[in-house]
Amino acid sequence: MKLKKNIAISESGFIFDPNTGESFSINPIGAEIIGIMKLGKSTDEIQSSILDKYDVDAASFEKYYYDFLNMLKQYNLVEEDE
Amino acid sequence: MEKLPFERPFIKKLSSGMPSKFGIKMEFDPITEIDGFPVKDLIGQYGSPLFVLSESCIRKTYQEAYRVFSTRYPKVQFAWSYKTNYLDAVCRVYHQEGAWAEVVSGFEYDKALANGVDGKFIIFNGPDKSKGDLEKAVRNDSLIHIDHFDELYTLMEVGDQLKKKPKVAIRVNMDTGIYPMWDRFGFNYENGEAWDAINRIMMAGKFDLSGLHTHIGTYILSASAYQVAASKLAELAVGLERKYDHSIRYIDLGGGFASQNTLKGAYLPGSDTVPSFDEYADAITSGLINSQIKPTNMPVLILETGRALIDDAGYLAGTVLANKRLADGRRSTILDIGVNLLFTSFWYEHQITPAQPFSQHTEETAIYGPLCMNIDVLRENVVFPLLKKGDHVVVSRIGAYNMTQWLQFITYRPNVVLIDPENKTHIIREHETLKIFETLEKIPDHLKTINL
Repeated sequence: MKLKKNIAISESGFIFDPNTGESFSINPIGAEIIGIMKLGKSTDEIQSSILDKYDVDAASFEKYYYDFLNMLKQYNLVEEDE
Repeated sequence: MEKLPFERPFIKKLSSGMPSKFGIKMEFDPITEIDGFPVKDLIGQYGSPLFVLSESCIRKTYQEAYRVFSTRYPKVQFAWSYKTNYLDAVCRVYHQEGAWAEVVSGFEYDKALANGVDGKFIIFNGPDKSKGDLEKAVRNDSLIHIDHFDELYTLMEVGDQLKKKPKVAIRVNMDTGIYPMWDRFGFNYENGEAWDAINRIMMAGKFDLSGLHTHIGTYILSASAYQVAASKLAELAVGLERKYDHSIRYIDLGGGFASQNTLKGAYLPGSDTVPSFDEYADAITSGLINSQIKPTNMPVLILETGRALIDDAGYLAGTVLANKRLADGRRSTILDIGVNLLFTSFWYEHQITPAQPFSQHTEETAIYGPLCMNIDVLRENVVFPLLKKGDHVVVSRIGAYNMTQWLQFITYRPNVVLIDPENKTHIIREHETLKIFETLEKIPDHLKTINL
């Protein structure tokens, strides 16, 4: 799953989808994950980057990460890998 | 390097200009401690969920209410409404403060006696008093508030048998300009039934008619309704003096004062709409003082308020069991607190607060209890911070009715802890165990063995 190409992300935690005109706010960790996703990194790479930096175990992170991805999907901000 | 605290990733759609049906944004602090005790430690020591009562808050609220009434009226007596919270420790705090007992069943009557309350300081209300209950109450010189004519005649029989004049009051229901008008308890004022009851009592000559009682409803948001009620009872008292040359000793205005909880469907929060003790006191005392009762014969004013005295002193601490997404993408948080423990969540939008610091990010959330039942909903829609499994929450203002109307359903009822004014904690009701239920159940012989 990857972020749609034309999604705009501001440094202050706002996302703009030019396809729909909708805006979103995200928290800093969400912004960080989206930033790494934008670089085209894999789920494992995203996980290890977050686990290195934040006080969270792998199982909890996985749970919240997939919940976050589901929300991105719900808001139509991601597309399935080809 | 020390790692940074983790908050789960979160995204929220912005809809500028659109009103949110989920209400105003939550802007308040976490409740990390209750009377100086960290919530985390209380749960660690006594388990989750956990009822916590603040003795200091109980005493402070009582003293405030007493001060407000006693500075406006010469003779004031509170009676603790047992049904609001009849844990013995709680009742005893009120009795230590000087409150009598107000009970509505034989069970509550026995509890009051066991708490050391002299029978003459017990007010016996309600439609369900057995003949045995009445005999006990007459022997103990308790104040019996007659609810219906069947009770009046039973009591007459009891008095004859015991060769005693029962001390009674009649409960009067009336139109005070509020909706709904409670007319199921007592005798109606407007249609003359109250006078009919008074006439039968006075003419029988077998009762000591000590007082007049009304209880106009519950969660009354209009203080002026009490002024109407006080005036109408005062008119009855004046009529009694005129017709029978009989002075009553007390007027009991019952309870029904609202607490600051917000009712479901209310447009504004309870804290903005609920009258203060001062407003209720102004209404009641001016109704009595401005009446035609002779100043030399002013009756004692009895108040049976329960909810407004104890709601603020009660907290229910609990733990997040899980977070889920509903089909529409909305978040749902499951707590270990269900409607089985928080009966009042059927009519209040309870304030649920995280017990640890939280970020400014919030999400539209449905908060559910742990029961495997669709009705187990604490808050249908609330803008709530992001909590993780294992985080704690505190539900505030739950001291009234939850520890009496709670259900043993699906799971056990938990510990109840009282924090005393010296900041010591005491378990005042142990959590239930399977053993307790096994001792009440009996298994017929033919069901003693099962072979699967």
